[in-house]
Amino acid sequence: MLKRVHFGPSPLPYLLVAPQIIITVVFFIWPASQALFQSMLLEDAFGLSSEFVWFDNFITLFDDRYYLEAFQRTLFFSFMVAFLSMACALVLAAMAERVVRGALAYRTLLIWPYAVAPAVAGALWMFMFDPTLGIVAYALDGLGYEWNHRLNGNEAMALLIMAAAWKQISYNFLFFLAAMHAIPRSLIEAAAIDGAGPARRFWTIIFPLISPTTFFLLVINVVYAFFETFGIVHAVTKGGPAKATEILVYKVYNDGFIGLDLGGSAAQSVILMAIVIGLTVIQFRFVEKKVEY
Amino acid sequence: MIENRPVTTFVSHAVIILGICIVALPIYITIVAASHDGVRVTQVPLPLLPGDQFFVNLRSAFVEGVGNAREQSVGTMLVNSLVMALMIAVGKIAISLLSAFAIVYFRFPFRMGFFWMIFITLMLPVEVRILPTFEVVANLGMLNNYWGLSVPLIASATATFMFRQVFLTVPDELLEAARIDGAGPMRFFKDILVPMSRTNIAALFVILFIYGWNQYLWPLLVTTDKSMYTIVMGIKQMLEAAEESPEWHLIMMSTLLAMVPPVVVVVTMQKLFVKGLTETEK
Repeated sequence: MLKRVHFGPSPLPYLLVAPQIIITVVFFIWPASQALFQSMLLEDAFGLSSEFVWFDNFITLFDDRYYLEAFQRTLFFSFMVAFLSMACALVLAAMAERVVRGALAYRTLLIWPYAVAPAVAGALWMFMFDPTLGIVAYALDGLGYEWNHRLNGNEAMALLIMAAAWKQISYNFLFFLAAMHAIPRSLIEAAAIDGAGPARRFWTIIFPLISPTTFFLLVINVVYAFFETFGIVHAVTKGGPAKATEILVYKVYNDGFIGLDLGGSAAQSVILMAIVIGLTVIQFRFVEKKVEY
Repeated sequence: MIENRPVTTFVSHAVIILGICIVALPIYITIVAASHDGVRVTQVPLPLLPGDQFFVNLRSAFVEGVGNAREQSVGTMLVNSLVMALMIAVGKIAISLLSAFAIVYFRFPFRMGFFWMIFITLMLPVEVRILPTFEVVANLGMLNNYWGLSVPLIASATATFMFRQVFLTVPDELLEAARIDGAGPMRFFKDILVPMSRTNIAALFVILFIYGWNQYLWPLLVTTDKSMYTIVMGIKQMLEAAEESPEWHLIMMSTLLAMVPPVVVVVTMQKLFVKGLTETEK
């Protein structure tokens, strides 16, 4: 933590940490504690007075059918995004690991979606699937399937999952590729001499050896799907149709800024913070530990 | 290459190329849509090849603006995005370097307390504390300006951790030598530590620039004045207008413009990007 050799006592270190600490306190710790406090307040309909109600807001929240549905929906959404993008990335990384020629070019062509903003990714997919103009919707129509994510909640959800997963493929790809490169060649060569083919080598050697990376990516992807997909949801569906794509971060925003239910929104914020803290702890706990065989 | 299996190698290449095509499809369609005129884009099906209206659309996006954000040209939004992204990236790097320096090289009361305080920011993404943070910013009169857009996003636990890690690998002898030569703490910081962490700073800059450029929710909340719109949130305003008067050719042109700067950064600085990504996340 601290250098063996260090500078003597002086007020200088306080000045050095001051900017970071001031910003942290003003924009992070203070608002977070406000959220915590507000989550226990109940305002009257006109916002004139408020009453301290302890955990009533949380109890109301867990009695609220819409909140519980949003919760389930978020879990489903995160799982699907994580699964889809990790599966695609794993296949591509396994193939990229095998090829010698063109490996760098392939990597370049696969990593750029990382740089696309979620809201922009949403716009791209929205245009492709636009019920009247979109080329994919047109193709589906040719196959006899009528696509309209503006009316059909499941289709709206599918669209968001695809857009969110698409953006995350490059990230997962890079980490899978790095993990595969780190596996000692001798292990794979030994298996090849023993007569194991590429598929068998993948499932019995490569896949188990990259499991720490897989786990790390699972956590990262869930965090991504929980929080960073706000832009996609807000730009593409606004939680609709009929709340079919209202995930938790979107609901916090919607209830707080649009619905002006301050206590309820703050209580939702507190629950989300607890989820992030939980996920971060899991990440730190398990990523440090290497999986042993 | 472990064994020579032409068929498997061929399949590998085929799968990757197919994957690349699927990944690139949305972009290709964007380019096609951005290079036809407005009438052609609204006819079904969309043409398969790019048209010849690309520069016409580019010009009208810059000169006339698009959709709801009509009064603002895409150029203004791009400038706003650029300023915000640079302020966030530079600001985060600067304050993280300083605080990591303090935490690694000084012993002072509450050192660990400060460390944990910084750590907490890691756990509080802006999405979960939007309302109270918005109130703070509004009370400070920071709405609708660059400070409000960037300062609340500047605190960074990941960057501080990364620099702390880097500083811990700097040999102690360097500090001893610097002291013998009579260098004070700031001199040591400026002439030895910062130059030594050059590549890490560059790698982090790439990641943070993208992070800043792609901000969406925060600009949406703190800017109500159209002259402060950033390009990513501007696209959202255009999509809203698209429901009444579809100007998809211009919207797609703007999304293209919104993607180009961060994508260029990632592709041209690929090595630094990969380094930054693996170092900040692990």
